[in-house]
Amino acid sequence: MRRESGGRVDRSRVLRFTFDGREYTGHPGDTLASALLANGVRRVAASVKLGRPRGVFSAGSEEPNALVQVETPFPEPMLTATTVELYDGLAARGLAGRGRLASEPDPARYDAVHAHCDVLVVGAGPAGLAAARAAAATGARVILADEQPEPGGGLLGTAETVDGTPGAEWAAATAAALEELPDVRVLRRTTVFGYYDDNYLVAVERRTNHLGAQAPAHVARERIWRIRARRVVLATGAHERPIAFAGNDLPGVMPAGAARTYLHRYGVLPGRRAVVFTANDSAYAAALDLADAGVDVAAIVDVRQAPGSCATRARERGIEVLTGHVVRQAHGDGQVDGVVAGTDGGDVLEERPIDADLLLVSGGWSPVVHLFSQSGGSLRYDEELGAMLPGRSRQAVEVAGAARGVFTLEACLADGAGAGERAVSGTGPAPVEPSPPAGVPYWLVPAADYSAHFVDLQRDVTVADVRRATGAGLRSVEHVKRYTTAGTAHDQGKTSGLLTTAVMAHLLGVPVADLGVTTFRAPYLPVSFAALAGRDRGELHDPVRVTALHEWHVANGALFENVGQWKRPWYYPRPGEDMEAAVLRECRAAREQVAAMDASTLGKIDVIGPDAGEFLDRLYTNLMSTLKVGAIRYGVMCRADGMVFDDGTVIRLAEDHFLVTTTTGNAAAVLDWMEEWLQTEWPSLRVYCTSVTEQWATVALVGPRSREVLARLAPGLPVGAAEFPFMTWREAEVAGLPARVCRISFSGELAYEINVTSWDGLRLWEAIMAEGVTPYGTETMHVLRAEKGYPIVGQDTDGTVTPHDLGMSWVVSKKKPDFVGKRSFGRADTARPDRKQLVGLLPEDPAFLLPEGTHLVAPETVGPGRRLPEPPVPMLGHVTSSYRSAALGRTFALALVKAGQSRYGERLYAPVGDTLVPVTVTSHVLYDPEGARRDG
Amino acid sequence: MLLIPCPWCGPRDEAEFHYGGQAHVAYPQDPAALSDEQWARYLFFRDNPKGVFAERWSHSAGCRRWFNALRDTATNEIHAVYRVGEPKPVTS
Repeated sequence: MRRESGGRVDRSRVLRFTFDGREYTGHPGDTLASALLANGVRRVAASVKLGRPRGVFSAGSEEPNALVQVETPFPEPMLTATTVELYDGLAARGLAGRGRLASEPDPARYDAVHAHCDVLVVGAGPAGLAAARAAAATGARVILADEQPEPGGGLLGTAETVDGTPGAEWAAATAAALEELPDVRVLRRTTVFGYYDDNYLVAVERRTNHLGAQAPAHVARERIWRIRARRVVLATGAHERPIAFAGNDLPGVMPAGAARTYLHRYGVLPGRRAVVFTANDSAYAAALDLADAGVDVAAIVDVRQAPGSCATRARERGIEVLTGHVVRQAHGDGQVDGVVAGTDGGDVLEERPIDADLLLVSGGWSPVVHLFSQSGGSLRYDEELGAMLPGRSRQAVEVAGAARGVFTLEACLADGAGAGERAVSGTGPAPVEPSPPAGVPYWLVPAADYSAHFVDLQRDVTVADVRRATGAGLRSVEHVKRYTTAGTAHDQGKTSGLLTTAVMAHLLGVPVADLGVTTFRAPYLPVSFAALAGRDRGELHDPVRVTALHEWHVANGALFENVGQWKRPWYYPRPGEDMEAAVLRECRAAREQVAAMDASTLGKIDVIGPDAGEFLDRLYTNLMSTLKVGAIRYGVMCRADGMVFDDGTVIRLAEDHFLVTTTTGNAAAVLDWMEEWLQTEWPSLRVYCTSVTEQWATVALVGPRSREVLARLAPGLPVGAAEFPFMTWREAEVAGLPARVCRISFSGELAYEINVTSWDGLRLWEAIMAEGVTPYGTETMHVLRAEKGYPIVGQDTDGTVTPHDLGMSWVVSKKKPDFVGKRSFGRADTARPDRKQLVGLLPEDPAFLLPEGTHLVAPETVGPGRRLPEPPVPMLGHVTSSYRSAALGRTFALALVKAGQSRYGERLYAPVGDTLVPVTVTSHVLYDPEGARRDG
Repeated sequence: MLLIPCPWCGPRDEAEFHYGGQAHVAYPQDPAALSDEQWARYLFFRDNPKGVFAERWSHSAGCRRWFNALRDTATNEIHAVYRVGEPKPVTS
């Protein structure tokens, strides 16, 4: 219920919201959780596995319980009610541990910022503010990031003062003074969630989430900050830990500090009659504050026999203190309506029921060491605190305040200031001594039945589950985590991790320190994929490369295929044509008339220098240095293991200048490959390699009529078969443009590749089209080359294929003493006769198109019944390419088949769905094996 | 993300680099003279130490040069970088 005054909410303004379909009101400054508590809503959601009622547990980002889906302005699942700032029109509903992503795209903008600083301070509580102030005072570049909408950290949840000023006011004034400085940036609503190598930290800033429908569309909803910091100060505070007892998951059970925060920060009383169950002094402050605010504190149940002065003060206030007692059970129907207290241990159990609607628990405090651990920092278990404390890190990082066990306000301010000073200068006052609240670590209330003692509220893991794990022999926290799922929910065990370890330690009878905790990993809290993607979505996800002719292709109805980042015309359907009809028509044009393709995407690398020939001899399997100026040679490159890496042509432009072409998708990899060998193995070779792919537009002019078209376009160029032989190139003027014309064929037909500068590409193409030439795309190119048995590296090869496997022994030089890959051809494995080799396949039904990837099995395998045996089925190979051929008048395929070159004429079976398709093995060269068409 | 001190460009984000595996694995002088096993060792066998490792990096989105680094594989600390052809620095 909301108090009439107090807290940091603005009661003069009313915000309307709905939860689970019911209407409520709250105020600016509320979270959804505080507004729900103010409205008396105790049950927020059901638990994921057991469907038990769950309420608001904490007051921060460690929340394991109050999972909600926000419906407006955009559906977002799996948020915690404790971190959703209230806005007018908010509609939310509770989630039973699982959400569902919106099916429509998120219309909001997301962005990213890269930043550098001398000191990054994480957390704007007293220690963080003091650290930022000390660092900034020296003129250092400082970034202070805090996940809350306003600075102050723990000060916002207490009534403490700094130098006589209320804590929250001091924090606001300190942050405002910092923001005045030119080199200081204060980031609010910004959670640092990842700490990576070399002080690289990543944070998410929530800029407009809290504005609901009023969020301006031009402002990014969330921003990812990628920060490289010279030094880091982690002032990340501490989380209060629960205790495992029966019913500790009921709505109304919460950490004592959280209840204190609801009182001081939001002016909300989370209950009317409270019992406090504690093992340390810190919960007494909460008890007294709540009592001052009008809560009936029925009893303080303290595990300790002699708690000390705080108990005396509580008793003076008329609060009963049960020392040496524990809460055995919280009970109630849907929420706490009472607890059973009892003596701790002993055979005779004195039991005492107490009516209460609020049970405040403090099992101790766990410093938030997540980021420190992510930095590579070691953690050590502190017996007195009962928590993991930061040890050493190889990175330039300091931890300050409660995150290293310093708990009093004064000490936190001093510790933070010292850390800030040391972060800048490397020297300064020594860190102050940890000052944990007086108490003992306390974890587990013994019982006969542990099935309602929860350790992980979000995963519904109980002490009984942990006992099942240790009973099964598990001894490592990592194993128990995976077996029970404790700590694997989206809160990543912030409140449950150490409790799970301690329960394990109790069950195994070993010290907590021997078990440690599971590894802390980024992200510290859930981050949306939309934020991580930022602007890199849709069209900006990956660069798109287009050729100089792209607009023509688009205007003329081409459909496109993605090849690497390139958009390549796939085929050009005419009205009424489907893909099959268009490709058959394009193929016929190339084989019978004349056709042209935009081949500009082929990789092109200038290899220049006195040693260029020697260099290419070492990389290609065949000789390149003997190539004459004016000539062209096809070549294959292998990796050192002898497997085909790339193929293409090499053109000798001058004594010291070669132009190498690569496959479209491999161009960058080939250039990298050349650089690697040049720089790391052969630095003495005088060679430079330069990518010129985008400098040239290339058009393949193909077909028996290509010569006459070229002759008309280039009247000055002698085009006769003898004057311009196969595998040579000529400088010429084509369509009035300076061009380099190569007689190269990737189809087996008479063909030319005409290269002009990219600027002239479109004019060349339009001139060719004006001759009535049929444009064709990559699909037709694939069919034409496959009919000739030309492999496509990466489609018909997969990194396990040698040139010999492709039927290209002729391309492997026997004269050269060495080239990359040569030694591997002498290995026993590359000489095996049963290697998979490239062959052609003809389905016995000439209309049947084999799906690419189809497996092939031997007749012996299918037997006379023509059925596949039980798996594993012996497999001979698979289909790599499969097309309908206009020239062959039937379908055909290429395949890699064991000992394929010795199987010509054999029948194999291809399982397609439930049928076994009979196919005949042939040579991979299915069309014009004599090469008669090359000269037109 | 590592901050890698390229010996030509200075410290740059790891995203600008490509990793090149173990350094100082030279291409054999005369591969034909090697036994299959020796050749296989060159091709496939690499050290995988926990600790300081001499390895190759390429500043592929920067100066595009290859260089060597001594990196501790357990802590990711880079103790030294040196150019191709320079001797491996001695670190304690």
